[in-house]
Amino acid sequence: MALIEERTRTGPVRRIGKPDPAARSRGGQRFLLVGLVLAAAYSLFPVWWLLVAATKDRTALYQSNGLWFSGWHLWSNLHQVFTYENGIFLRWTANSFLYAGVGSLGGTLVALATGYGLARFDFPGRGLVFACVVGSFLVPIALLTLPLYLLFSKIGLVDTPWAMLIPCLVNPFSVYLAKVYTEATVPYELLEAARIDGAGEPRIFFSIVLRMMTTGGATVFLLAFVNTWNAFFLPLTVLRGEENWTLNLGLYNWSGKRLESGVDLTGLVLTGALLSIVPMAVMMVAMRRYWRTGVTLGALK
Amino acid sequence: MVRSQRWKGAAFTVPFQLGFVFLYLIPIGYAVYESLYRSQSSGLGLGGTTDEFSGLANYRQGLADSAFLGSVFRVLLFACVQIPVMLLVSLLLALFLDTLASRAAGRFRVLLLVPYMIPGVVAAIVWINLYSPDVGPLTPLGKVFGLTWNFFAPSMVWPAIGNLLTWHGIGYNMVIIYSALQGVPRELFEAARLDGASERRIALSIKVPYVRGALVLTGMLSIIQMLQLFNEPALFRNVTPQTVSDDFTPIMVIYNQAFNAGNYHYAAALSVLLALILGVASFLFYRLTSKEAD
Repeated sequence: MALIEERTRTGPVRRIGKPDPAARSRGGQRFLLVGLVLAAAYSLFPVWWLLVAATKDRTALYQSNGLWFSGWHLWSNLHQVFTYENGIFLRWTANSFLYAGVGSLGGTLVALATGYGLARFDFPGRGLVFACVVGSFLVPIALLTLPLYLLFSKIGLVDTPWAMLIPCLVNPFSVYLAKVYTEATVPYELLEAARIDGAGEPRIFFSIVLRMMTTGGATVFLLAFVNTWNAFFLPLTVLRGEENWTLNLGLYNWSGKRLESGVDLTGLVLTGALLSIVPMAVMMVAMRRYWRTGVTLGALK
Repeated sequence: MVRSQRWKGAAFTVPFQLGFVFLYLIPIGYAVYESLYRSQSSGLGLGGTTDEFSGLANYRQGLADSAFLGSVFRVLLFACVQIPVMLLVSLLLALFLDTLASRAAGRFRVLLLVPYMIPGVVAAIVWINLYSPDVGPLTPLGKVFGLTWNFFAPSMVWPAIGNLLTWHGIGYNMVIIYSALQGVPRELFEAARLDGASERRIALSIKVPYVRGALVLTGMLSIIQMLQLFNEPALFRNVTPQTVSDDFTPIMVIYNQAFNAGNYHYAAALSVLLALILGVASFLFYRLTSKEAD
């Protein structure tokens, strides 16, 4: 949190104390700009290529210049993606939304409660709980996913949505963020005042604390959502039948079809890939205020 | 604080604690337990298999397994090249941004963060197609400069994956380093300028030492990520199975042992070994980088 305050604090100061223009050479400035423009071009051109590729038909995809348009077949490509194999792509999209949306919502609630408990109560074992949170950052995914698969298959959860939703409920990084946010936004005095007024602890949490933590909660939710949306190893391991797959798994499968069975789905894969970015882009743009602080907070861990 | 109130506070953390037990402690314990057993086919191979306690035999096998060790060294070696390059570029971009007026810096920052918004699997799909000799623009581009490169050739596959990871990671790392730069007291620059220091000198002697912590952190996160590399090579394998073998990275070896060879016990032992390697690597990296600071 200190970092965020720091930024807002130094923001205006910087503007006043603008560096002396004479102190900086013109050539140096131009060099920096060229470097940044090149870096931006490097960052953007693959996305541009994807955008252009999604508008082309098969022949144009293989024969025309990749960086510029050639014919306009976006709508027929979209139609193809959505109708291929009885609209399985829509199913995958819905699954991705279900796992990322519901899973992250549950995970965020658990994280906010835990963060609040850790930040504002001094109970025995608090240090241990926090140590678990931080320690779990170092556990490799394979060490968790493999035994989870075995345990889930024993109780019949493999290949059901639960296999994706349950692991989302416990996200140590979300807990860490929630603790930091509580420390920054929920004052002790307010809690004391509510207690004196006779409010019970659950009521204080649900009707006061949660309301104060909307910003923090939104960041936690956003980061968890992106995480689950992007997940690949867990769904690959615990989901078998294609009706439960996520978008990532589906695209992975499509992109392997060419060597596996000789069916070239490159056009579908590219249009589908573009579509799978759209929800991310919309969310990130709509909530950019939140995720920027989230990204920088990640730096503090 | 009143005693009962403390316990009510603890109650808020109960859902997490339960989840932690069921989703972390029990699975890890189960993996360790499984790793100590081996399945033996009973009878003349006709009956099913039974699990027999085998002590550390799976671990001994893992430590002598050239496919597993090879994959660990492969990613470590790769990490030694890719991570410094990526962090150096991120640092340079962060330093460049830091000298711009805040509005222009904000715009560039958004542009440079675009790759970070793209899911890893999609990023890999896009780059694999950019590399592809059939649909990608990079092959005809190479011809313009008289280069006939084949990104799916064995010698090019690491640079190809390295470029993909760098492209995907620059924005995130740059933002972390850039936020650390924002914390440098601006008075220091004024003082240095008055003393006649050039901008380059200020960057090297004040800014870079100041963001050391951020560099160590991003380096550590990158190493942890690299040892667990899976998605990108798995997608490359989809297109060029002859160059990206099924034991290319440690997690690929583990996945194969578990799901293709059906050898869960051995896979469990390997995943415990990988966790230990990860711990040692992070510890060494931390020690190495904090020693230099003294």
